[in-house]
Amino acid sequence: MTASKIHQLKNVPSQREPTDAADMLHLQPTSFQGPSGKKQVTMTSDKIIEATHVSKWYGTFRALTDVNLTVRKGERIVICGPSGSGKSTLIRCFNRLEAHQEGEITVNGIRLHNKMRNVTEVRKNVGMVFQHFNLFPHMTVLMNCMAGPMWIKDVPEAEAKKTALQFLERVRIPEQANKYPVQLSGGQQQRVAIARSLCMEPAVMLFDEPTSALDPEMVSEVLETMTSLARDGMTMVCVTHEMGFARAVADRVIFMDAGRIVEEAAPKDFFTKPQHDRTKLFLGQILQH
Amino acid sequence: MLYQDTVESEVLVHKPWFVASIFALVLALFLTINLTGTVMGEVMRPVIGDPLESGFYGRFAIAFVIAVMFCLNLVLIGFGPLIVQIVVVWLELLVLFIGFFNLFNLSLPFIWDNLPLLISQGVFTTLYVSAISLLFASMIAIVAAIAKLSTNGFAYGIASFYTSFFRGLPLLMQIYLVYLGLPQLGIVIDAVPSGILALSLCIGAYMTEIFRSGIASIDRGQWEASRSMGFGFGLTMRRIVLPQALPVIIPPTGNMFIGMLKDSSLVSVLGVWELTFLARTIGQPTFHHMEMLIAAAIIYWILSVCLEMIQGRIERHYARSKVR
Ligand SMILES: Nc1ncnc2c1ncn2[C@@H]1O[C@H](COP(=O)(O)OP(=O)(O)O)[C@@H](O)[C@H]1O
Ligand SMILES: [Mg+2]
Repeated sequence: MTASKIHQLKNVPSQREPTDAADMLHLQPTSFQGPSGKKQVTMTSDKIIEATHVSKWYGTFRALTDVNLTVRKGERIVICGPSGSGKSTLIRCFNRLEAHQEGEITVNGIRLHNKMRNVTEVRKNVGMVFQHFNLFPHMTVLMNCMAGPMWIKDVPEAEAKKTALQFLERVRIPEQANKYPVQLSGGQQQRVAIARSLCMEPAVMLFDEPTSALDPEMVSEVLETMTSLARDGMTMVCVTHEMGFARAVADRVIFMDAGRIVEEAAPKDFFTKPQHDRTKLFLGQILQH
Repeated sequence: MLYQDTVESEVLVHKPWFVASIFALVLALFLTINLTGTVMGEVMRPVIGDPLESGFYGRFAIAFVIAVMFCLNLVLIGFGPLIVQIVVVWLELLVLFIGFFNLFNLSLPFIWDNLPLLISQGVFTTLYVSAISLLFASMIAIVAAIAKLSTNGFAYGIASFYTSFFRGLPLLMQIYLVYLGLPQLGIVIDAVPSGILALSLCIGAYMTEIFRSGIASIDRGQWEASRSMGFGFGLTMRRIVLPQALPVIIPPTGNMFIGMLKDSSLVSVLGVWELTFLARTIGQPTFHHMEMLIAAAIIYWILSVCLEMIQGRIERHYARSKVR
């Protein structure tokens, strides 16, 4: 899909047939239908993440205030905002690395709450890529990718290995499979981290500033990988300040400030006619460089 | 390894001021000791005449010769490559050591006669008591370390009381308490199990702290990554955190074990036939104290060296994911 095509999307939540996780990784004809009415939004199976009136406190500090966000299957969402605005906190609530105190978060049909027993079910379906990669340094690249399927999905070793190699191929580093993470460059490590998440065949991928710990020349290789994922129809929520990526890939761009979603728009509108002063200021700051 | 600068500096033992001060030190030291009546005096007879008659001149000459030899030795060693330096220093220290023990007029045949028993019975018991205690101690330590890191007040309370108590009491006291105290509660256990119990509890308390700091040293990101992949607590601990904590845990644990090997000698107070007990019971009636004690000491030392080597191997094994 070309960037110009995305620009036509505006603020339209894409409406697609639910497919199983494996299918989503392959090229899928991305057929976008016209503006969706409210009646279509009520189709629950279509929503991968639904957060309503979510608030979160760290002790007495309020990190999230009344956040509402719905991510539908196949949607690519970019979250940006100044440091400390609660972007990480929000996406970490989606796989319950953090607990929210008010409101409701439903992921893949499972409601997240304090006493839930099936948090593993949620996490199996939600891949997460961290700023600092967080690969397991004591395991080879291949083992990093095989561990998830083998240990919690009871996939036989041979099959896990096949899948792992397939995804390493997909992020274009199959030749590094038997190395340890420290032997790889930052960009390569981050691509392994993406492959590791993909091996779990998740329904949605969360990215928390995946390129901000990388040297400039490595940023593009990771962004390319993410773009190709998006092209294949992966549902993605990306916290990133790579505005080129947002412009090219995002269905919606969300701007957060002080724990609130301040603005939510299609990339075209977001960059050309931001509504709020805070957004304008922020865009001015990061685009002037 | 310490981080070595890439700029080469002159070897310390080749610096004149260093050699001179060492020379002065050795000279002063040996001037305070009168060696005229020893082998040294005899060797120096051609120079100083009758050693016992030579007075201060003799003492000075002997001290001077020793100091010259010492400094020459230092300077020569300084020329060798690293490995040669290490080996030469070890050998020289060993020779000095043997020379020292020779002063006791030990009866070697007596040592040879009793060595088989010392090894078959004493070493065996010592190793067996230590190894089993280490095993138990590690198990206690893992559980207690997790308890100490948990947010469960009950678990934390028990674990911290345990470590505080067993680190706070002398090991000898604990051994007596277990051996003499437990029967008061109606639990009578033999000397060997008592010893093992006391050792495990005590070493376990120290190892709890080693494990705790090892686990705590693992980056939060590892937990987060592991959790985000759906791994539960047990899996995260077993497959992600502990394997990474091991390189941090192993050196102090090896240290602990080497220490425990020798602390196990305290169990001899219960009449367990381990190395120290045997050395004393064999040596005492025949007035061959020194022979047996030195033999036992050397055996302890050899065992420790073996453990050091094993520890080194394990450390190298776990270092492999760290190398670039
Ligand atoms: N574990 C924590 N305890 C207390 N405060 C936290 C914690 N994590 C984040 N915060 C605070 O919450 C706010 C949002 O943090 P974060 O979500 O990391 O922001 P962002 O990712 O947008 O930079 C910040 O003010 C931060 O200081
Ligand atoms: Mg952040």
